[in-house]
Formats: sequence, structure tokens, C-alpha cells
Amino acid sequence: MAFYDGLFDTLGLRDWCDAGQETGPMSMAQLLAQSSGATGAAEPATPLLQTPFPSLDTLHEACPAIAQTRDMTTGVENAFLAIKNPLKVILDPITQPLSWLLDGSLAFFHAVPWFILIPALLMLTYYATRRWGVTAFVAVSFLFLAFIDHYSYAVETLSIIFVCTMISVALGVPLGILMARSDTMQKISIPILDMLQTLPTFVYLIPLIFLFSVTESKLYGIAIILYAIVPVIRLTDLGIRLVDRDVIEAADAFGMTDRQKLFGVQIPLALPNIMAGINQTIMMSLAMVVIASLVSAPGLGVLVLRGIRNLELGVGLVSGFGIVLLAVLLDRTTKAALGRINASYKT
Amino acid sequence: MRTDPKVSIKGLYKIFGPDPESVLPAVLGGMNKPDLLERHGHVLGLQDINVEMQTGEITVIMGLSGSGKSTLIRHLNRLIDPTAGEVLVDGEDVLGYSEDRLRRFRQETMSMVFQKFALLPHRTVLQNAGMARRVRGEDDAAASREGRKWLTRVGLSGYEDAYPHQLSGGMQQRVGIARALASDSPIMLMDEAFSALDPLIRTDMQDLLLELQTELHKTIVFITHDLDEALKLADHLVILKDGYVVQQGEPQQILLHPNDPYIEDFVSDINRARVLRVRSVMQPVASGNGHDFAGIVEANDTLEKLISLSGGDTTKAYRVQKSGEDVGVLDMKDLVRALVPAAPAQTGAVR
Ligand SMILES: Nc1ncnc2c1ncn2[C@@H]1O[C@H](COP(=O)(O)OP(=O)(O)OP(=O)(O)O)[C@@H](O)[C@H]1O
Ligand SMILES: [Mg+2]
Repeated sequence: MAFYDGLFDTLGLRDWCDAGQETGPMSMAQLLAQSSGATGAAEPATPLLQTPFPSLDTLHEACPAIAQTRDMTTGVENAFLAIKNPLKVILDPITQPLSWLLDGSLAFFHAVPWFILIPALLMLTYYATRRWGVTAFVAVSFLFLAFIDHYSYAVETLSIIFVCTMISVALGVPLGILMARSDTMQKISIPILDMLQTLPTFVYLIPLIFLFSVTESKLYGIAIILYAIVPVIRLTDLGIRLVDRDVIEAADAFGMTDRQKLFGVQIPLALPNIMAGINQTIMMSLAMVVIASLVSAPGLGVLVLRGIRNLELGVGLVSGFGIVLLAVLLDRTTKAALGRINASYKT
Repeated sequence: MRTDPKVSIKGLYKIFGPDPESVLPAVLGGMNKPDLLERHGHVLGLQDINVEMQTGEITVIMGLSGSGKSTLIRHLNRLIDPTAGEVLVDGEDVLGYSEDRLRRFRQETMSMVFQKFALLPHRTVLQNAGMARRVRGEDDAAASREGRKWLTRVGLSGYEDAYPHQLSGGMQQRVGIARALASDSPIMLMDEAFSALDPLIRTDMQDLLLELQTELHKTIVFITHDLDEALKLADHLVILKDGYVVQQGEPQQILLHPNDPYIEDFVSDINRARVLRVRSVMQPVASGNGHDFAGIVEANDTLEKLISLSGGDTTKAYRVQKSGEDVGVLDMKDLVRALVPAAPAQTGAVR
């Protein structure tokens, strides 16, 4: 006799409870109770201090019509599986280009020989930063990584970061602009952005794994973008909102259209903040690309994972150092580029 | 003698707050600014403003901080919309303008100079100067040509490729003026345009503005909280307090006949000899007769100049001329009397 029997009896729900008797397999607790051979015998009354919490499983004992917790989990799973297919019909075509971009970019980075790619990256670094120091650091880092045979892994990681950052900026800047223009939009977006940033990354990997198959590159692409897009949205919004009121007023007073104001005043003046957002987006992509190796993202993360799985300490440490190197060089390069922009924006 | 005014503001009210319409009746019923704030939580920005601004004149709006000067000037190009009232420019009601028409109006009819310059920091001086043209859709060549022309005119040739932050405050404001002039608009709004500049530069800028004005004859609305500046520039002076017009009229007349203790306070510190002009204190007489004239003076000379001319002798009288014609007689005794502020009882209504 279960603890809450009396409750259902007094509520007059006994008939409803027993209507669907003898369905479903027995729970472990029931099995135990059965095997102890105590069926039918009067159990001693449960002392008040041991009153069980009226959870689904406890209530189920008293009233079989109430579902057990494991039924609930199954229900969630079934519901998820049920909406999965319709959702895929919509999501697949939208996200497919992401797979193509990621795969294409990987293929491209692999196809270009090292003696072209490294100088090209160095030229890009110098063009963005105009600093010999940073450029030299990038050069040394790449030569070192290549020398210890981590070149292709590092390039894969870079390729993923490159694609994900591009997409984050392409989506994040317009979103940030929308947020800056409407307070309602901002109120709606901020909790979502907060959630994306505070959720442990593993938690949203799970639905993604079910939604897309692990063999598709867009799976890790989406995981990275969801995580890394936040700062660029936030800082675009902030940057545009922080544009000097007087300058905006001048733009209005001279009869600028919204478009002229956006592209001629607001975006250029928000650029230092937007660039700071891009810097953070790059750093967060790097953090996520390592975690995303769990869901088949290639790159240095795979080596780290191997180090953890197989307890290959050396492999893990060296590839970890490679990631640190990439992090520092990406950060230095974008910060130096940012500094250059800031310098030309003094008011 | 007044022709149709270029800009006329009629019965303008502006109330700031969540629901201005609802408290408008109370304001129309005469509730004042502190009461409105206390009882209804609304700020009375402007009340019953009626001002006419003539073509080619400099109208100066003066008042202390918070008196509503910036609010008033922003109604002219509708950066702020009124709660009640009309703003007519060239006889057209600006408040009736559609968004498109309003934009064109701001591009072509009014330009503005700001206290904090408000230049685009990421554009060169030349690009800033040509901004109005570019906004209007004219090509780069036209914008640069006009920009360069006006930069030269305000004394900034050679700085075309500098960025605003590389210039001093005075130079930045010259860019601001060039930007406004390059739009070739007949009306120019200047909100405390010289307040952020140090006194010497400020005087330079005032001189520059007057010099430009003798040539361009724009309709200028100039805001200041400085009486000296107001008296130097104004053809028509409007004095604001707590959002209403205390007195307006010809500046010399306001100085001689203040109609409110607030204005007396304002004018009491001024060096009257330097500000007042002969024309304001002379006796208008068709031609001098029966007098022994010590000499001939210009109607626009300051009293200060006359005092030094006469050597302080109060028995003398001068014949006053304006562009070669006799317009009146100045008795030095009148001059000395005018140097002492008049008691409020004697004041005559001005306008
Ligand atoms: N957006 C607003 N909301 C509420 N009150 C406002 C707003 N703008 C102006 N005010 C109020 O209107 C009054 C006039 O302000 P305004 O800026 O026009 O003064 P001002 O004469 O230009 O002063 P200053 O010399 O300091 O520039 C002030 O009491 C101010 O608090
Ligand atoms: Mg102001």
C-alpha cells in the first residue's frame, strides 16, 4: 500500500486511477517489492517523518493512471523526434550552404601549398596591422607549427574560425543594427543573447546532434556560430547607441536619409566597437572549435581530444600549446587592427 | 516698414513629458513651469512664443541655461515637434510637411551650426564642409568645389585634408560654419555656436560672422547666453526666461528700456558706453539748426567713441549723420544720462 493511497481515495479518484490497470512494465521499485514476496501483506504504516515527496513515481504507486518520470522523458524524446523531421525540412536547406562553405574552405586551405598560404597570411596580417612585430610573431608561430607537423591541423582550425567569423559578422552586424534601432527588439534580444552565452556549450550540442547528423560539417558550424555571434551583435548595438548624439542631430539637421545616416555616420562611428565585437567573436570561435571537435570538427581540437581519450599526455600538451599560439596570434592581430582604427577615430 | 517675415513663430507651446496633450489645457490656462512639474510631472519647455524673424537679419535668442533656447531653435527645423502652435517659413507651415518635404527643407532651406561643432570625426575637413551638398545628392566634384570655396572664405584653406580632431576648437567651428554656408541655404541656425570657444577666438568668430553677413544677408537665428555677444550681433533680440519671451525688440531699445527686473539684472553689468550707439540716444531732427555743433558723428558710432571725441565735455552737441545725411542731434547731456540704467517705471513697451 503506497503512501498517497489515502489522498486519492478521499479525492474520490480511485476509479479513475485504477481504470487503466496493468499497463506498462513495472518499475524497478515494484520489481523489488514483488521479489521480496510481500504482496498483499499489510505493510507497516510509513512514519510521518519519512513522507516521500509527491513526485511522479511516488504518485504512480498510489495511482497507476499517473505517468512515471521515465514516460515523461520518453514523451519529450518522442515529441522531439516528431518535430525533428518537419524542422529538418526547413532547417536543412537554410543551413546547407554552411556545410558547403565549411567544406569548401577546408578544401581550399588544404589545396593551397604551404609556401603560398603562409606568405599570404603574413601579408594579410601586415595589411591589417601595419606592425612588423605582430607579423614576425605570426611568421614564427606558423613556421613552428609547420615544423612540428601541426600545420594542417592549425590550418583546419583557422579555416573553420574564418568561415564562422564571416557568417557571425554577416548575420550579427545587421542584427545589432536592428537592435540599436528599436528598443523592443533590444528587450527581446538581450535575454536570448544572455542565454546563448551562459548556457554550457554541451547543453546545446545535444539537440543539435539529433537535429543534424554528426557527419555534416554544419553541425559544428552552427554550434560555433550560435556561441560566437553574441559579442558582435551586442557590440554593434552598443556601438550604434553610443554614437555622439550631437553628430546624429547634425545629420538630421542637414536632412540625411536614414540610409545615409546609417552608412555615413552610425556604422563608421560604431566601427571601433564593432571591431572589438569581431575580435571577441574570433576568440570565442576558437574556444568553441576545440569543444566542437567532440562533434567531428577537424583541427587542433581533435588532437587535444585524442590526448584526453587515450591519455596521450604529449599529444594533448603540444596541441594545446598550438591552440594557445593560435589564440595569441589571432588576438594580437585583431587588437592591432583595432588599435589602428581607433587611432583614426579620435574626436 | 516690415516686410513679410522670413520665419514666424506663432503661439508655440512645447511640453515635455509622457502625455503633453493632456496637460496643455492647464498650461493654456496659465499654469507656470514649477507648478506644472510638481502637479503633473511635465516640463514646460516653451510657452506662447510669438517671434518674427526678418529676411537678412540676425535674430538673437538670449536666455539663461534651461530657458528653452535650444528647444526653440530646434522647432524651426523640426528636430523637435511642438505641442501646439505654428512655425511658418516663407509663409509655409513647416509642421504640415511630409517626411520627404521636411528632409528637402532641411537640405535646402536651413542649415545649422552646433555648440559642440558636431563634425563627422571620420571625414576630412573638406568632406565635412561639403557634407550638405553630398547629402543632397550632388556629386563629389560639386561638393568639394563648394566645400573648398567656403573653407577658404572662413580662413581655413590649407587644412582641407586634415581631420577635425587635428584642429583647435575655433578652427573646428570654422569648419562648422563653412559646412552650413556651403549648403547655400537662406536660413542659418546657430545654437550657442561660439560658447565653447575662448574669449579671443570668440570675438574673432563674431567678427567673421558679421563680415560674412554684410555680404551674404542670410537670415540668421543665433542663440547665446552672453549679453555682450547678443548686443554685438543682434538686429532683433529675443529674451527668453523659463520658456516664455520676456522682451523682444531692437537691442539698443531693450538696453535703454528694459521692461522686466530679469532683464535689468542682465543689462546692469554691461558697459553701456561701449554697446550703445549714437542713433539710440540722439534726438531725431531733420537738420541741425540753432545749435552750435562741435562736430559731425556717425549714427552707428558707440557712445564710448563720442566720449573720447568730446574729451568728456558735457556742454557739447554733435550733428549725427548716416551715410552723409543729417539724421539727428546728439546732446552730450543725453549721452551721459543714457549711461545710467533707467528705472523700470520709465520703460516704454517695445514692439
Ligand atoms: N527631451 C526633454 N525632456 C524633458 N525636458 C526637456 C527635454 N529637453 C529639454 N527639456 C527641458 O526644457 C528646458 C529647456 O531646455 P533647453 O535645452 O532648451 O535649454 P537651453 O536654454 O538651451 O539651455 P542651455 O543654455 O543649457 O543649452 C529645460 O528645463 C530642460 O530641462
Ligand atoms: Mg541649449
